[in-house]
Amino acid sequence: MKALPNNAVTTRSPGTLASAEASARHRSPWLASISAWLENEAVLGYVLMTPALLLIVVFIAYPFSLGVGLSLTDKLVGKPAHFIGLRNFTHLFESQIFRTTIWNTVFFTFSATVLKAVLGMWLAVLLNRKIRFARFIRASVLLPFIVPTVLSGLAWLWMFDATFSVFNWVLRWLWQTTEWLFNADFGYFRGPRWLGDPAWAMFSIIMVNTWRGIPFFAISFLAGLQTVPAELYDAGDIDGATGWQKFWHITVPLIKPIAVVVIVFSFVVTFADFQVVYVLTRGGPHNSTHLLATLAYQLGMGSGNLGEGAAVALFMFPFLALVILWQLLYLRKEGSQ
Amino acid sequence: MPQRVPQQAGGNPAGGLTRRAFLSTSMALAAAAGAEFVTGQAPALAQTRTLHVLEWSSFVPAADVLRDQQGAEFGKQAGVKVTIEHINANDLLARATAAIEGRKGPDILQLLNNNPHLYAGGLEDHNQLIAELGGDKFYPFIRDAVTVDGIARGVPYFFGGGANTYRKDIFQKVGIDKLPDTWEEHLAAGKKLKKFGMPIGQTLGHTFGDAPGFAYPLLWSFGGLEVDEKGKVAINSKETRAAVDFVKEFWFAACDEGGLAWDDTSNNRAFLAETIACTLNGASIYFVARYTPEKTVPGMADKIGHFLMPRGPAGRFHTVGPFSNCITTYSENKDVAKDYIRYCHQKEVYEKFLVTNKGYINGPLPEWQEHPMWEADPAITIFRELPKYGRRAGYAGPYDRKAAEVWAKYIVVDMFAKVVQGESPQNSIAWAEQELKNVYERA
Repeated sequence: MKALPNNAVTTRSPGTLASAEASARHRSPWLASISAWLENEAVLGYVLMTPALLLIVVFIAYPFSLGVGLSLTDKLVGKPAHFIGLRNFTHLFESQIFRTTIWNTVFFTFSATVLKAVLGMWLAVLLNRKIRFARFIRASVLLPFIVPTVLSGLAWLWMFDATFSVFNWVLRWLWQTTEWLFNADFGYFRGPRWLGDPAWAMFSIIMVNTWRGIPFFAISFLAGLQTVPAELYDAGDIDGATGWQKFWHITVPLIKPIAVVVIVFSFVVTFADFQVVYVLTRGGPHNSTHLLATLAYQLGMGSGNLGEGAAVALFMFPFLALVILWQLLYLRKEGSQ
Repeated sequence: MPQRVPQQAGGNPAGGLTRRAFLSTSMALAAAAGAEFVTGQAPALAQTRTLHVLEWSSFVPAADVLRDQQGAEFGKQAGVKVTIEHINANDLLARATAAIEGRKGPDILQLLNNNPHLYAGGLEDHNQLIAELGGDKFYPFIRDAVTVDGIARGVPYFFGGGANTYRKDIFQKVGIDKLPDTWEEHLAAGKKLKKFGMPIGQTLGHTFGDAPGFAYPLLWSFGGLEVDEKGKVAINSKETRAAVDFVKEFWFAACDEGGLAWDDTSNNRAFLAETIACTLNGASIYFVARYTPEKTVPGMADKIGHFLMPRGPAGRFHTVGPFSNCITTYSENKDVAKDYIRYCHQKEVYEKFLVTNKGYINGPLPEWQEHPMWEADPAITIFRELPKYGRRAGYAGPYDRKAAEVWAKYIVVDMFAKVVQGESPQNSIAWAEQELKNVYERA
């Protein structure tokens, strides 16, 4: 085998090489030592991690520790704080508004997450079929997720309006049409008080949160579905499996890892939801839709009681930390398998 | 062989920045920003005298336009750039909290009710200004709203309140010959209106004006109080029970039941859409009908009248919500801010503001009640009566931050809302008592 000429091992032209050497000669010693230092992969790794670390410290760790500190004080806006231990937390438990809020938050989170997961999976299965304009439809499905929540919230507010609700208008029309068809008088039908009745108000905020969250689930599940090999379904067909059996025994196990990540992520975001409630009900009627985030806002920003507001906000932390821990352990277990 | 692009490594494409120049410029800008962060001051070249005022977005749009014009006029006179920012009244508290805790933001905060008590630690001493602009002549209930431990933390600018806006033609049509003077008469009128299909519209939602504006006076007129003179919780009384029982009947017999979650704008829309015939409100519904008739059905303005809150066994009451201008302690333009407040209270300047509002607001000094504006339009003359019946939140206890906290938590409003939603009167009152104790009796 003929040896390669020396100049073949580099792509640099002689002119470039000369320029680099000249550049190195002119480089200051401290710059050269930094270059050498960065050649060390261990050092370079930390250097590259530093921006992300700084972001986490500034935007997550610092506000979090500030929140922990505030929750242990009697801090009122514009006044100095005094350490009061866990008194904010014990005081919160004496308030029925707080106890109601915890129940609301748990109910809201579980209901919305389950609905988003089920409907998101359903939508993903539909979108995974070979249909015309598939790309366009998939992109369109993302719209609720893309539109700013406050904006879409205002549109929903109008649709739920006690006087001008389009839903009630349609329901009334159906009511009257039915009366006409059966030649009967069922009496006056007003329609649900979407935001005026505690049960309907909770239903409404769950509905809006679900509407907004489904695209995230659907697109994530769709990505998972597209990684499932078609041969497995063919094998299922040969074995005479029904559609449901194929879904349960092939699809679900294979997209489980991605489903866990998506559900946990959504659970955390839903638990801390603020915008939907703030725009639609501000926690009313009589606190029946207050979530921990909106109550924290009302106490901290509305009443100037920053210590107690921080305690409410911090109350979310242990629950969310447990969920995240479970997710990490699950993913590690999956990874080791 | 490809041609080498000259200076590509150094990076000076025609018309562009060199990498070195880019880095130098970025570092200089970063240093300037850093200096501002450390010293809290903008670089000298960016410094101009400015005044930032945060205030509500009025239900009378012309009033906001005038405020902007007056701000600009003051700016011209004083040689400062005046920025008046109008936001939803429901969001003022959040902005104030963020500004005072961050020690950065508006020089003047417009605060509602007795919210200056919440932010006293971050607001200047305004005693001197108050003395200059009226002293003891300010209505007591608005002076108390800004006075914290003997120090004024703002200057009351105006106060607002509601009266019952009603449709004269519908009242006539259903046979209401005399305007309701008592709650019983109001209930009787409401029954007729509801039967006709245009009931009374009232909110019991979490919204700053109309909900507490109904709930507090109703409670007071039956003799109920959230606390006594010593600040001890006194809600659990036979008077409160009478008020709660009344609301339960009133709501279902006379009101639009969809109003439970209305905000301060919902009843305006419902009234103008002719789905309700009576609602507690400022004069804004009438103004829309009178001054923008194209937005309503023809002739609507002439069909609208107003009457005061009904009287109960303990009398007739109205909430009077003061709006006060408060200079922040962190402001670097305190003297300019004080001059601005003085300017706003100058007779000719304030008169324009009052006249533009056409009865939607009341002046902070009783002398403004004599202004001919009140006689110009009989439909709004009734609003001049509000100070006579004005009572502050937290009555009969001190007008302090605890009263403000109860108001902000909607405890009194929710007591009524709960009973309307099917909770028993005794449970609703017991709930309110516990929540009030959490505020008033907390160490």
